[in-house]
Amino acid sequence: MDFCILFMGALCGGNMKGLTKLIQVKFLILKNPITGLNKVFESRIRLGVMSILMVNEEVNFNDLKQMLEVTDGNLATHLVNLEENGFIKIHKGFVGKKTNTTYTITKTGEKAFTDHITALESMIKGVK
Amino acid sequence: MLELNQQNQPLQELRDIKKMMERSSRFISLSGLSGIAAGICGLAGAAIAAEILDNYYGHYELKGGYDSQDFSDLKNRLLLLAILVFMVAFTSSFLFTWRKARKQNIPLWNMTSRKLFWNMLIPLSAGAVFIYAMLRMDDWIYVAPSCLIFYGLALVNASKYTFTDVRFLGYGQILLGLVNMFFIGKGLYFWAAGFGFLHIVYGGIMWWKYERAD
Repeated sequence: MDFCILFMGALCGGNMKGLTKLIQVKFLILKNPITGLNKVFESRIRLGVMSILMVNEEVNFNDLKQMLEVTDGNLATHLVNLEENGFIKIHKGFVGKKTNTTYTITKTGEKAFTDHITALESMIKGVK
Repeated sequence: MLELNQQNQPLQELRDIKKMMERSSRFISLSGLSGIAAGICGLAGAAIAAEILDNYYGHYELKGGYDSQDFSDLKNRLLLLAILVFMVAFTSSFLFTWRKARKQNIPLWNMTSRKLFWNMLIPLSAGAVFIYAMLRMDDWIYVAPSCLIFYGLALVNASKYTFTDVRFLGYGQILLGLVNMFFIGKGLYFWAAGFGFLHIVYGGIMWWKYERAD
């Protein structure tokens, strides 16, 4: 990284202002754990869904709804968002004649979630 | 949730995550007072049973022998007592847990209580059939230890879905049941110790640990 900065500095043609800015950027990348925070988890509901799926193998729509205290439509939107990000998997099944949709977490989702937690933890340590 | 202070935000978020994980994987509304209530019912039941048995043996000595009418009365009375004690114990424990769930604003019948219920029910039903089969053969000497052992196994199994402390109550019941197998005829004492005393101790500890603050 240092090499990179020197290289960029050389490119800037010895422009010291540009170089300081680059060093600041580097400092930010290293020191600021906000970079590890995941935008997807900014929503309380999406974060809740992920927390629940981390500790439960498989959860159905109604249980998620009950635990998160949200409306059907609201929850559905967030679930679609999480699926599009590849964080959860949707399984459509039946209990008798009623549809029973269940959700599981994916490997990508697990990774993103633990990274998010690590980032939160380092933010707390950084403050102290 | 609405913590706007920048410094507290990540901490609050981690707390929310932890809370959600706990709430979704374990039934945390089980009240220690439920344990105490069940224990008191157990002790009261054991005391009444001892009284009934005393009465029976009193008659036995008066008549100077076995009377089939007296014996069938005894069996009916004890069975009725067992059902009554179970119902009162269940209702009173249910009330305290219902109250705690309402305070925590958690529905009583949710994903976690459902899991807890089924995991408790499986060893208990196996035990019920087992004991019924023994009674059918008039083999009553292992009834008391079997109740304790199967109840203990159910608790150990169910502890995965509620406070882990329940596991120790389960170990206690299993141990009492096993020891009771070698002290046939002392079933009532072991019942009083397991269903009465252990429940009260466990309930007291749970209350002290988790509910004293509220």
